[in-house]
Amino acid sequence: MSQYVITIGLETHVQLKTATKMFCGCSLAFGEEPNTNVCPVCLGYPGALPVMNREAIRLTVLSGLMLGCEINRHSTFDRKNYFYPDMSKDYQISQNTHPLCLGGSVTIGTPEGPKRIRINHIHLEEDAAKINHYARFSGVDFNRCGTPLMEIVSEPDLSSPEEAMAYLQALKQILVYAGVSDCNLEEGNMRSDVNISVRPAGQEKLGTKVEIKNMNTFKGIHAALEYEIARQLAVVKSGGTLVQETRRWDPELGETQSMRGKENAHDYRYFPEPDLVPVELSDELIESWRAQLPEAPAARRERMMAEYGIPAYDAGVLADVKENADFFEAAARACKPGLGKTVSNWFMTEVMRLLSETGKGVGACALTPAALAELVTLVDEGVINGPTAKELLSDVFAKGGSPRAIVDERGLAQVSDVSALEAFIVQVFAENAKSVADFRAGKKAAAGFLVGQVMKLSKGKADPKLAGRLVAERLAEGQ
Amino acid sequence: MSQKIDVAYVAELARLSLTPEENNTFQQQLETIVRYVEKIGELNLDGVEPTMHGQPVVNVFREDAVVPSVGRECFLANAPERNGDEIRLPKIVEDA
Amino acid sequence: MVGMDLTLCAAAEGLRKKAFSSVELTQSVLAAIREKDGALNAYLSVDGEGALKQAAAADAARAAGRDGDLLGIPVAVKDLINVAGQPCTCASKILTGYVAPYDATVSARLREAGAVFAGRTNMDEFAMGSSTEGSAFKVTRNPHDLTRVPGGSSGGSAAAVAGGEAIAALGTDTGGSIRQPAAFCGCVGLKPSYGRVSRYGVTAYASSLDQVGPMTRTVEDAAVLLQALAGGDPHDGTTLDVPVPDYRAALRGGIKGMRIGLPREYYIDGTDPDVMACVRRTVDACAAAGAEIVEVSLPHTEYAIAVYYIVATAEASANLARFDGVRYGHRTEKPESVFDLYARSRAEGFGTEVKRRIILGTYVLSSGYYDAYYGCAQKVRTLIRNDFTEAFKRCDVMFTPVAPTAAYRIGEACNDPLKMYLGDVFTVPANLAGICGLSVPCGRTADGLPVGLQILGPAFGECAVLRAGQAVEGEVRT
Repeated sequence: MSQYVITIGLETHVQLKTATKMFCGCSLAFGEEPNTNVCPVCLGYPGALPVMNREAIRLTVLSGLMLGCEINRHSTFDRKNYFYPDMSKDYQISQNTHPLCLGGSVTIGTPEGPKRIRINHIHLEEDAAKINHYARFSGVDFNRCGTPLMEIVSEPDLSSPEEAMAYLQALKQILVYAGVSDCNLEEGNMRSDVNISVRPAGQEKLGTKVEIKNMNTFKGIHAALEYEIARQLAVVKSGGTLVQETRRWDPELGETQSMRGKENAHDYRYFPEPDLVPVELSDELIESWRAQLPEAPAARRERMMAEYGIPAYDAGVLADVKENADFFEAAARACKPGLGKTVSNWFMTEVMRLLSETGKGVGACALTPAALAELVTLVDEGVINGPTAKELLSDVFAKGGSPRAIVDERGLAQVSDVSALEAFIVQVFAENAKSVADFRAGKKAAAGFLVGQVMKLSKGKADPKLAGRLVAERLAEGQ
Repeated sequence: MSQKIDVAYVAELARLSLTPEENNTFQQQLETIVRYVEKIGELNLDGVEPTMHGQPVVNVFREDAVVPSVGRECFLANAPERNGDEIRLPKIVEDA
Repeated sequence: MVGMDLTLCAAAEGLRKKAFSSVELTQSVLAAIREKDGALNAYLSVDGEGALKQAAAADAARAAGRDGDLLGIPVAVKDLINVAGQPCTCASKILTGYVAPYDATVSARLREAGAVFAGRTNMDEFAMGSSTEGSAFKVTRNPHDLTRVPGGSSGGSAAAVAGGEAIAALGTDTGGSIRQPAAFCGCVGLKPSYGRVSRYGVTAYASSLDQVGPMTRTVEDAAVLLQALAGGDPHDGTTLDVPVPDYRAALRGGIKGMRIGLPREYYIDGTDPDVMACVRRTVDACAAAGAEIVEVSLPHTEYAIAVYYIVATAEASANLARFDGVRYGHRTEKPESVFDLYARSRAEGFGTEVKRRIILGTYVLSSGYYDAYYGCAQKVRTLIRNDFTEAFKRCDVMFTPVAPTAAYRIGEACNDPLKMYLGDVFTVPANLAGICGLSVPCGRTADGLPVGLQILGPAFGECAVLRAGQAVEGEVRT
């Protein structure tokens, strides 16, 4: 495969998190009955006119700033003319000559180190309606028609399906951090058109480009890319020629298929949209929006490492999902200094396990950052032991509440009083003479058994470290 | 600049099915009209900015606030064919 | 019955003085339509019941103390302006069955003012034409000579007003479609500046050129109607928030002291001598009344038709794409594929002139041709705008003929599209420049046909144009 160079570019469509559509005041609430969020504008009725959603402009500019783009001070809209039943006007209002953002990049990790994937531009356009296919006919639902869509076009800098995945993951993370989109793939928030070509190593000219449109799952994109690369290489190696075309990914059959009967070069007849006047963005406005930019994921990782004394690995895991990072920071700040790593451990092992088991996001569970902080503090103060804390966390995760209050209510405080522990130990030694004898005979593991019995007798509340020490001392004294 | 206009191609782009007579008539008429409008090519347009809009204004926006829908019946009632609350069409083979 | 030679202002006075009620007034208009429209064919549809309900409501409102210049006044609308619950055929078969689910902003403003919707008037299909012969449904006749066209595309509105079937009407103007039929029929027609009146709810022909305007019997009536319609609209991002002056107050002032520009490119051979004579007589009368006549030049006038037929058809080709048989209107029987559904529905639904312009517009935008046609035309448009900006430094308004001829015979112009297009020579430049233009009757030809004087004013300069128009109305004996 190193005889051939693989070139991949992605055009990613991201639905913006506005309250209303791009050009009209229809709601974007998801999951509504068909054709309920509609009006003359998004239905393309005679006489309807588009009016620009200011928030969509702001979110697109924010995305551009987060991705290191140049913001076009003078931006215009164009009509992209083609006929399809999901198009209520049979032209799409898009941007062709003066898109909002130019350039920019996303840095991904590869086995060879970080790689910069360049962005060509970002433009704003409106989404189409949804066509539902039935056995003998099709039905159109215009709820989605007119949703603000930000199109991010990469340069063909990607060289493998893994790099494409990494690019999309990084892009998604940045956009979620920016608050511009939920990037929820199930809801169709993020779809990509994928362009792939192959050429012999050393050849300058790019190979024949094939496009696979409208991929909306990461798994699907990866599988489609792998298949298509293999297909193209097979054709090229056997001396055949590839057709420049658009193909469709069939997830059932696991293959890409030629879309027969389609003219592949659309004549879109772009011309400036006469109903929408140009957007002129001043330096002041862009700077005021830049000041509102949330922290990018990379910057956040760095800061968390510095502020909470956690290693890169922890920062990476925590910052992967923005709401997790938010939770972690709130909890860590509610603890005394120096407990950052401890909070991180608790979050990464216990909380994330519970999240994964219940399939919830951390915002949807009953555990609050304050509660986690309380729990960590209780352990740190020696009030409860590790095992008790784990159980308590599960409880609070499901039902909420204050750990400190629950500890008091249920008397979960661990027993650290030496005389109380000695009483338990005396009883355990009396009831487990054989183990004591085993220890004397050289079986050192018996000490652990004895400590376990102390824990059991104390109903798990004994301070395990202290119990261990006292048992060891008593055994050493030879009693 | 004048060349034969491919009326059939243009009609297909515009989704207009023409009879052969219409095709021929339009071919002739359009060529006459296009020859006429080509006179704008006589002018020196160096440094002239195009007029893209009716008046020179910029930055017209609306706020991102929901305007409740008036309800879908008045729209669905206009649909030539309905499938419940969807607009019904002949079966579409996925065609981008 | 209320006499149908009333002006809008006189009708408003009559209502105020309780000489008659709005119901009586509306009944008279409906009766006139019943009596005359068989010959004139100005109307495509009339909702008499709905109109009388509105009239009754207006009478009740007036009894409760409400007043207003349009309260209870019946106004006809061109059949491409959406009025909720009414058809909006655009004189096309492709909108068969369509019922408007919403009011255009102009319709809403009329409604708020308490006006009555008198009926929907005939037009060239999708406003593409200059004679109203392009309607898919009927041929409107000029009230002054039933063998002649009323002009177009707002021929129905002009014929109704001039023919005593309406007190006032709304038309639209993209390349002269208010001014030219007003001239042909001998009534008043105003194309406001682009962005003065909302286009929301008005079926688009050419987005950067269309405007809605009044067609009335007098200039004062036009001022009153414009007052109700003008102003920014959040639904139309191309309207401007320029304050709306008191247009009626602007009518006073007289022609004395006004600088009237005569653009030399509009005073050329090829214009009918009777038409030119009427225009010149009016200019002379105004000069005698104290106006200053200034010769000006609009050097790029000869390119205006070319620019118009590139820009307007390009925009129209996109604006009319939505008529595809999917969401409303005519859908072909048993389509075999989506392509078939589009191509046959549109072929069946659109008339010849519409198809011709869609193809021309699609062609000039198609791959490889954009720069030569559309791109180039938009630059020439800038030159045309600049011509007017320069000329208006030396004059307040300009006087020109509206059209090179008076109304021609029905059927005369049909076979030569280019010849028909060339008849728009005096009107299209105003649309390209975004300025305002008024057509006011200024005499008759030897055959007794009305001749219109075009009064052009700078963008948002309607006051000057109305003032000059009012003066001309006073100077001229028709």
